[in-house]
Amino acid sequence: MEIGLNHYLVLSTILFAIGLVGVMRRKNLLLLFFATEILLNAVNVAFAAISHYYGDLTGQMFAFFVIAIAASEVAVGLGLLIVWYKRHGSIDLDALTTMKG
Amino acid sequence: MFEAVAFYLFAFLTIAMFFIVVTTSQALFALSALAAGMIFISAFFFILGADFLGAVQIIVYTGAVMALYAFGMMFFDTTRDVKEKQGNKYIIVGLSTLAAVLVVVIFAMPMVSGNIVALYPGIDGVGNTQEIGLVLFTKYLIPFELAAIMLLVAMVAGIVLAGKKMDLSITLMNEAEIEEEKNKKVLS
Amino acid sequence: MEKYLYIALFAPLVSSLFSALFTATPKKLFTGIVASLLIFTSFIASTILLVHILKGGEPIHVTMMTWMATGDLYIPFGFVVDQISVTMMMVVTLVSTVVHVYSIGYMDHDKGFNRFFSWLSAFVFSMMILVMSDNYAGLFIGWEGVGLCSWGLIGFWFHKESATWAANEAFIMNRIADLGMLIGLFLIYWNTGTLQYDGAFTAFHELPAATLTWIGIFLFIGAMGKSAQFPLHTWLADAMEGPTPVSALIHAATMVTAGVYLVIRSHELYSLIPHVGLFIASLGTFVAIFAASMALVNRDMKRIIAYSTLSQLGYMFAAAGLGAYWVALFHLMAHAGFKALLFLGAGNVMHAMHDELDPFKMGGLKKVMKWTWIMMVIGSLALAGVIPFAGFFSKDTILEAAYSGNHMVIYGVLLFTAGLTAFYSFRLVALIFHGEERYKLFGIHPHEAYRFMLWAMSPLLLIAIGAGVLQTPFFDMVEEALNAHEYHIAHGTALIMLVGTQMFVGLAILYAYKKYANSRVTVPDGTSKMENSFMYKLLINQYYIPYAYEEYFVKPYRELSEVFWTKVDLKIVDATVDGIAAIIYGTGEKTRKMQSGNLSTMLTWMVAGLIGLLLLAVVFGLAARYSDEILVFLSALGV
Repeated sequence: MEIGLNHYLVLSTILFAIGLVGVMRRKNLLLLFFATEILLNAVNVAFAAISHYYGDLTGQMFAFFVIAIAASEVAVGLGLLIVWYKRHGSIDLDALTTMKG
Repeated sequence: MFEAVAFYLFAFLTIAMFFIVVTTSQALFALSALAAGMIFISAFFFILGADFLGAVQIIVYTGAVMALYAFGMMFFDTTRDVKEKQGNKYIIVGLSTLAAVLVVVIFAMPMVSGNIVALYPGIDGVGNTQEIGLVLFTKYLIPFELAAIMLLVAMVAGIVLAGKKMDLSITLMNEAEIEEEKNKKVLS
Repeated sequence: MEKYLYIALFAPLVSSLFSALFTATPKKLFTGIVASLLIFTSFIASTILLVHILKGGEPIHVTMMTWMATGDLYIPFGFVVDQISVTMMMVVTLVSTVVHVYSIGYMDHDKGFNRFFSWLSAFVFSMMILVMSDNYAGLFIGWEGVGLCSWGLIGFWFHKESATWAANEAFIMNRIADLGMLIGLFLIYWNTGTLQYDGAFTAFHELPAATLTWIGIFLFIGAMGKSAQFPLHTWLADAMEGPTPVSALIHAATMVTAGVYLVIRSHELYSLIPHVGLFIASLGTFVAIFAASMALVNRDMKRIIAYSTLSQLGYMFAAAGLGAYWVALFHLMAHAGFKALLFLGAGNVMHAMHDELDPFKMGGLKKVMKWTWIMMVIGSLALAGVIPFAGFFSKDTILEAAYSGNHMVIYGVLLFTAGLTAFYSFRLVALIFHGEERYKLFGIHPHEAYRFMLWAMSPLLLIAIGAGVLQTPFFDMVEEALNAHEYHIAHGTALIMLVGTQMFVGLAILYAYKKYANSRVTVPDGTSKMENSFMYKLLINQYYIPYAYEEYFVKPYRELSEVFWTKVDLKIVDATVDGIAAIIYGTGEKTRKMQSGNLSTMLTWMVAGLIGLLLLAVVFGLAARYSDEILVFLSALGV
């Protein structure tokens, strides 16, 4: 059975959906970060697959930059998270309600 | 045949790992499962012939990002079970599934795939890493440099944000000390 | 020569903008000086242009830029300096230079010193646009510009209720007339396809008389508003609420003559429709005697001069209506000189008397204000038309024009009005400067104005004395442009007319002096026999016209507005707006729960939004892909 582009895209979509579920149901900020990593990786898979099946390196380039962005996001995000934790003693999302309208 | 077997195997493993990440109530389980999922993702990159990307995936994610998370978790109280959001699970799953289905519909429709021309086609006779290098340092040089600067800025920001009061640990302090620290407002 | 044109035009604008920079700051003497210098620059440039024209040079015609060009409509910002406009430019720049310098002294203690100069220079700029434009559209811009500046200057002391009221009255009266003017312009454009003077005048010869009549009438309605002709005259007297230099510049010398200028500028139109011209002349004559009669009894120094302005404008319209355009223009010029002189003199008196306006409370000021007295007497002599002062030449020519045209009624009325003019002018002079020093009763210590203010007035004094000698050169200059011709009356008749007129005027002056320059004059208290007579009441109440306007226009309009306010505005317009606001407010209130501030909830909403966008993408993608089929389907449905 030949594995085509659509197989990878479906896989990518499933992974993305899992990430979305995580983003929506997680209350712990750290685990929320994990979920965003899943989202980014799901997209990376799609990029790499498209790149392969169209013989175009642009997809890989973008996956590469996505990884770079994910790394810097983690660095800054974790820094913020630590500051938040030091101030509030909790990284529970329900505590973050200063933007309540 | 080998490709199909590998694809389905790693697809199952990745989905399972990521499922654990979003469902487990133990932060450490989640961390471990995420790291495993990242490595399995890199397997797809190898299958797709993107060797360099696969290597970067392993190095950056499992080497750097996961290590960073692991260190970060030392600051937090991860011994407690993670409480989940109390909400309608059907809405969450339903929304996610709908989004996924829609993305698939969009991709599956021929309007996307019909007329794509390779902008930077692969070069014959050279390895993937060399190809990447050729494109990255010619066509994508400026984005590459910008990414480098961004990483540097992120590093500085991470250090500045997390580095204040590194000598204090809330988990080791008693309540009175924590209150006192809070009243100082040094971190505001 | 073009450069002088631009200097003359834009120096006042620069002056206005410069002064405007300092409107928010306390009085700065240099704004007055700089403004005066710039206006003087404009005057010099105008003089150079005048010399050019006098030497027989070609009229200067420039097109600065295109203003509007859509389809067939082409309106440029074009300017022309010919015999007519250069005369007006000289009048405007000379009087405004004098008034600017004078105002430095007059507005000395005013908080709005800088603002005053800004408005005043803006007025000069608008007036220059008005007189220099080479098309009706440009003229209309200047026309509105002077209206705006007049509004700003009448209401200059806006903390005074009466001043703002007068400013609004002037502005609204002018709007009514401007509607007529606009209709006239539309008619011109409709029938000739151009608003350029040259093109329109050529095309007028082809048009039927009825169309021309309508154009002439509507343009004249505009002129009636600006020049305060009956029945739109009430604003001019009320406009005296503004500072006196403003009255001198705007409401005597320049702006109010814009209507006369319009008629003179459109002389090619009005010479084709003499019946409208006759109407203009009749109305002018009526206004001349009508205004003069109101000036006879008025007890407000500035209003008396304002009525006299009105009366003299009537003379100008009478001349213009009879086809004696050059006489009208000449009278305009001479009148600008001596009327500004009279106003500035009145300003000196006001300053000395601490803003007292009732001449009955003055008297005997001759001793303390010698120079002002001399100027006012010469100004009044010029106004009364005594030989050899300016008014004699201009006004006498108007009478000659009426006589030689066999318009005996107009001639007779204008002659009688000349006597009235002499009487009320010298009534004012006698009351202010002669007789008992009644002001002592009110504890006022008058003083002469600043020396430089008197010097500033001297050019006007020269015009008032010597404008007569300019008549021949002026005639030569405009002869061709205005199709002018001298009026020849048999020598004997002319001599009798001259002597008769002079004697009549002289008697009127003597009577005024006899009645008001003696020591028996007291401050009227409403008990004397004259004050209770019917005529006096009629005249002092301005023929009850302002009262009638109030009663029959303002009040019904207010009631109508009241109805619209309560019924239409509150119940329909406001209700609609409030309803929209209430809907939005209600939606906000309802959806407020979404903004719980909880990140998880927000993320859920974000995903929902993402799905919405993806759905849209799918729908539009399908629609784009199957657009042909959809069109077929829709057309089958009959859409």
